Amino acid sequence: MIDFLGWLLIGLGIIFFLSGTLALLRFPDLNTRLHALTKADNLGLGLVILGLALHPGSLTIALKLFLIWLLVTLASASIAHLIARSALTAKHRLEDEL
Amino acid sequence: MVSAKILFMSEAYLFCAFVLLFSVSAGLVLILLGKGRVERLLVLQLLGTSTVAVVLLLAQSLKLPGLRDLALVLGLLACIVALAFIRYGCLDSGSGGEKQ
Repeated sequence: MIDFLGWLLIGLGIIFFLSGTLALLRFPDLNTRLHALTKADNLGLGLVILGLALHPGSLTIALKLFLIWLLVTLASASIAHLIARSALTAKHRLEDEL
Repeated sequence: MVSAKILFMSEAYLFCAFVLLFSVSAGLVLILLGKGRVERLLVLQLLGTSTVAVVLLLAQSLKLPGLRDLALVLGLLACIVALAFIRYGCLDSGSGGEKQ
């Protein structure tokens, strides 16, 4: 039963990853892409890691997976904000020059 | 019976990793065709997150616990690359094809 739940979560995570890639390919401008990419990807990674953590049956591995998830989530959220801010200031500088 | 189930599970993990790699390679097309540096940096972020998931799946499939440390390092590296890009102002010229 827990195995099945784990596979379900991994499958859901992969669907989110695929939709993130699709959004990156299809969305028109930077902000929408950033929005889609960061949310969909982090949700996908979180679901895959949760599914993997249900499988091995060892608390140490589950804890390690949780720490990896925490690092990637924190890093990716801050990076998304930094990219958005950097692109915004670059755009403003361009408008000032024109 | 039990070993057959374990074999099935490790192959299923491999299949999941393959699907994720396929998704990443679709994103890599954007690096080739993309207009600005910001777009390419976004693809790099996608690659970082997906690679962590792929390596974790491989660790489970191949029974190599060391790969989990590799996933940690890859997550850190993806973050550092983006930080370096932003810190040294490489995004300033060519920001996502928004130039008129």
